[in-house]
This record gives sequence, structure tokens and C-alpha cells, in this order.
Amino acid sequence: MRLNKIFKNTLLVLAACLVLSACATKKEVATDIQGQMQGDVYTGTDTVEYLADGVPDRVFFATNESILTTASRETLRAQAAWLRKNPNINVVLEGHADERGTREYNLALGERRANAAKDYLMTYGISSDRITVLSYGKERPVDSGSNPLAWSKNRRSVTVKAN
Amino acid sequence: MTKKILVLLFILIPINSNALIEVDITRGNLNPLPLAVSPLSIDEESRKGFEKILKKENIGSEISNIVENNLRTSGLFNPLDKKAFLQAPDIANLKPRFEDWNLIKAQALITGKVNYVDDKLRVEFRLWDVLAAKEMMALAFTTVPNNWRRVGHIISDKVYERLTGEKGYFDTRIIYVSEEGPKTQRVKKLAIMDQDGANNKFLTLGNELVLTPRFNPASQMVTYLSYFKNMPRVYLLDIETGTQEVVGDFPGMTFAPRFSPDGKKIIMSFAKDGKSDIYTMDLENRIVEKITNHPSIDTSPSYSPDGKYITFNSDRSGYQQIYVMKNDGSDVKRISFGNGLYGTPVWSPRGDLIAFTKLHKGKFYIGVMRTDGSGERLLTENYYQEAPSWSPNGRVLIFYRETKTNSKGEGFSAKLWSIDLTGYNERLIKTPTDASDPSWSSLLSN
Repeated sequence: MRLNKIFKNTLLVLAACLVLSACATKKEVATDIQGQMQGDVYTGTDTVEYLADGVPDRVFFATNESILTTASRETLRAQAAWLRKNPNINVVLEGHADERGTREYNLALGERRANAAKDYLMTYGISSDRITVLSYGKERPVDSGSNPLAWSKNRRSVTVKAN
Repeated sequence: MTKKILVLLFILIPINSNALIEVDITRGNLNPLPLAVSPLSIDEESRKGFEKILKKENIGSEISNIVENNLRTSGLFNPLDKKAFLQAPDIANLKPRFEDWNLIKAQALITGKVNYVDDKLRVEFRLWDVLAAKEMMALAFTTVPNNWRRVGHIISDKVYERLTGEKGYFDTRIIYVSEEGPKTQRVKKLAIMDQDGANNKFLTLGNELVLTPRFNPASQMVTYLSYFKNMPRVYLLDIETGTQEVVGDFPGMTFAPRFSPDGKKIIMSFAKDGKSDIYTMDLENRIVEKITNHPSIDTSPSYSPDGKYITFNSDRSGYQQIYVMKNDGSDVKRISFGNGLYGTPVWSPRGDLIAFTKLHKGKFYIGVMRTDGSGERLLTENYYQEAPSWSPNGRVLIFYRETKTNSKGEGFSAKLWSIDLTGYNERLIKTPTDASDPSWSSLLSN
């Protein structure tokens, strides 16, 4: 009886493994959550748009954090260089949070994230007159999923052309 | 306007007998009191009169249905099935045969009568103690016929107060945010409805994002956050006239507004350079005061009912926690010390408790603690819920809940729920669309 049960479980596990490996080989990139996150910061490119060639429009944050990662700083330096080349363009920095927080705190957190990006652009010579900060809190997710990968895509500051 | 209509309220026969029945409000629905709500009797002429104006076949039954529904949803009463009633409504209102009501195990009985007098709705009702065979209360109201739902709510409040010893919360309204559309692009409108979901009305069109409406406890004003012209600012709205104005002149986002208990100030957060601090603005002289001054996020402020203290949440310790300070910003004390994050503190209108949202190990809780942070009690656990708002008697909390989406990101919804302090009586509040950010009004009449 007991042996039988163990045998059954093993079969189930085997079956599960087969299904999983089948999925993994079929659409490798899409299901590879590990490759798209470092810690809990999004490192993928799914949702990223470009302000110009080689100038990504957004940076991502860890849960409850507004610290810029190495990759984020690189993105913002590219944005600063692009803004220096295009002195007539002004931008709005839209700060966002994931859905796993209270609405009001998330509004403040979105503002803090967009300001972290603004500060960095300013240290690379962009005048604060050209930058507006706008927080959306958790109101405008890009990914409607309820999972860590979706949340990581939503914790972001997006640089949007204002004119 | 709504207040004036009911000035004709007077007491028919004030009897304060020593009631034998009493409802223990802290025990919840473990043992709700069985009671009978006999339909309000109505003569044929009055019935026809109201049918013409209100398009309701029997307004007496409609009003008693409101009473029955209110008492049931409170979780404290168990209204009995009308089919079991042995005595006709009109005769019961004159003099109940207490043996009959006793037989069906009713401990209390509500009877009454509706009349159409000079184009007005006249309602009288009586509350009877069945076991003691005594009248406990008798009241009569005269009002315009269109106010019939409010009459039902006022009767409910009177019965609740007589049987529990505490004020009711039925003659009240809820302001909330109506939500529609995909999760990534929700369209949000301000909406208002009666506490029981009736008379739903939209107050904005959905052209701009609106969030967190809150009632003024002293008037029909509402404060809320609007993204009008993509500038998130705190606004003031007069529900009666529809006029709106921006609150203060801040060079950045203002949010998380609430009124002071006397309705004369708005307290809110102002975000600048990555810091959010708490400010107040006096609505009479427009003087703005900065209350907190800290590099952290300070938000979700709420006054104590005497106006002397403010509770708020701050991440100055590294994570979101609840604090209490004096109303001038001095004497800041952290009061939440449990595991997890704490937000959205709201001071009870009774002054004894602070309701909050807690996030711990991936779950959201609505809970209450004493104002010094002791006695933490979690009332409900869910995937996502937050933003409790108190009923005016401090016994029930309304909040919103969002569902988890599936692997394709489908299945998102947001709904209003209520739970009483016992934690047993949890209810979905039906709304025509998805809903969030509810705020409970004060009693419309007293």
C-alpha cells in the first residue's frame, strides 16, 4: 500500500518533470524568469521602448527601493547624452510602483523613484527646468500579472518626451 | 438639503422601559438576536397614492424590507421569515399578541404604519420587547415621499441604538472610486451611494484619474486626488453644488487628503524631491502649515476625533510603519512594532482604536490596534486589501480588495467589503462597477 503510494508519487513527479522540460524547450526565453531578474530588479527588455537608438526609456527598481542599479545608471547616462544632443526636448519622468503596497505610499514611492532618476540626469548636466516628475503610484502597471516578474516590470521610472 | 427634510421628526410616545433584551455588540454574529419586522401597514388609499408617485406597489413593505436588510447585514440581528408571522401587520401595530410572536421565537418585534397625508409620507413605528410584553419605543416621521429609503434607514438606526445602546450607521452614504477597463489602463470616476448600495451616482466623468475621496465629517464636502491636466493635486468637491477647487498652491504632487474632525482643515501629503511630508491647510483662511519635516515618506495622515493628535505612516525606520504625533507635529512616536509593514492608519470616531493595513509574508491584512500600538488584532487576511474607513459609530470598517490575476494577467477585479470589529461579519458591498477607496460619511440625521 505504502510502496504503491510512493510509486504513484514518483510517477507524478516524473510526469511533472516531463511537462516542465517540454515547456522549457518550447519557449525558452518567455518562461525563463531567472534570466529577466537580478535580485528582484527587472533586467529584461520586454517592456522597454527607446527614445533614440541605444537610449532605453526606463529604469527598474527593487521592491520598496529607489536606488539606481548599475544598469539603470548606464541607461540614464545614455538619456543624458541624448538630452544634451537635443537641447529643445523636455521630458517627464513617470515614477511607478508595483501593486503590492498601499495606494498612498505607492504614490510617494513613485515620486521618489522618478526623483532618483531626475537627480542622476542632473548630475550629468541636464537642467531641472527640462524635467518634470509625475508619479502614478500603482495606477498604471505595464504588466497586469500578479507575480514577481510582472511586479518587477512595473517598478520603474519612464522617461517620456514632453514636447 | 437632505438634512432639512427630516426636521419634522418627533417622538410619539417616549417610553424608556427597562428593556430585558439587550444586544452585546462586541460578540458579533455568533448569536444574532431573532427579531420580527412586520411589514408597515398601509390603508388602500395611501397605498394607491404612493404607488402613483413612487412607482412602488406597497411602500410599507418596501420600507420594512430596508429595515430588515440593514439589521441583517449588521450581523447582530436575525430577522425572521415573514411567512411564519401569525398576526396581520395592522393589528400587530395596535397591540401585538405577544404569545404568537413568542411562538416563532421572536425576541423583538417592529411594527408600524404608513400614511399619505397632504402629499407627505407619514411613518410611525414601534419596537416591542416580546418576552417582557412591552413597548420599547415609538416614533413618527413626516417627510417628502421621495425620502422613503431614508425613513427605512432612520428606523434601522433607532432600533439599533435602542437595542445595542450605541448609535447606528444606516442613514449614511459611501463615497468611492468606480473602476472600469483593463488593469493597465483603468478608468476611474468618483461615485456615491447609500450605505446599502442604493442610489448610486457618478460624480465625475472619468476623463482624468481620481483617487482616495474622503468625506468631510461635518458637511457634504469631499476631498480627493485628481490628475486633472496631469498634475496630481488634492481637490475639494461640494457634492450638493458640484463645484470643485484645488487645495492650496503647491509646486508638486499633493495627495492622501483627509478632513480634520471639525471639517475646517485638510491634512495631506506634499511630495517634493523624493520626500513626502505632511501639511495642513485651513479652509477658512487658507493658511498652510508644514507638520512633519523628515527626508522619509510621511503619508496617510488621520486626526484623532478630538483633533489633538495625528496618526500617519512613515518609512523613516527603513520600512512603512505607523506613528502618532501631536497635531503640531511634535512628540512623534512609532506605535507599530509587529512583523511586517503597516500603512493607512485611520483613527476610530470613538477614539479608542486605529485601523490599519498590514503587509506580512505576501498577505494583506486589515486590523486594529489601540492608539498606543498595543492590542493588535487582525480582522481579515487576503491577497490584496487596504484602506479601511470607519462607520460613524466605530463598529464597522469598509475597505477594498483586489483579486490576483491568472498567469495571463486576466481576472482582475476590485470590490468593496465591510467587516465589523468582531472579525466575523464580513460582507461584499455590491456596486454597479468595480470599486475601491471607500469613505464612510457621518450620520446624515441624528
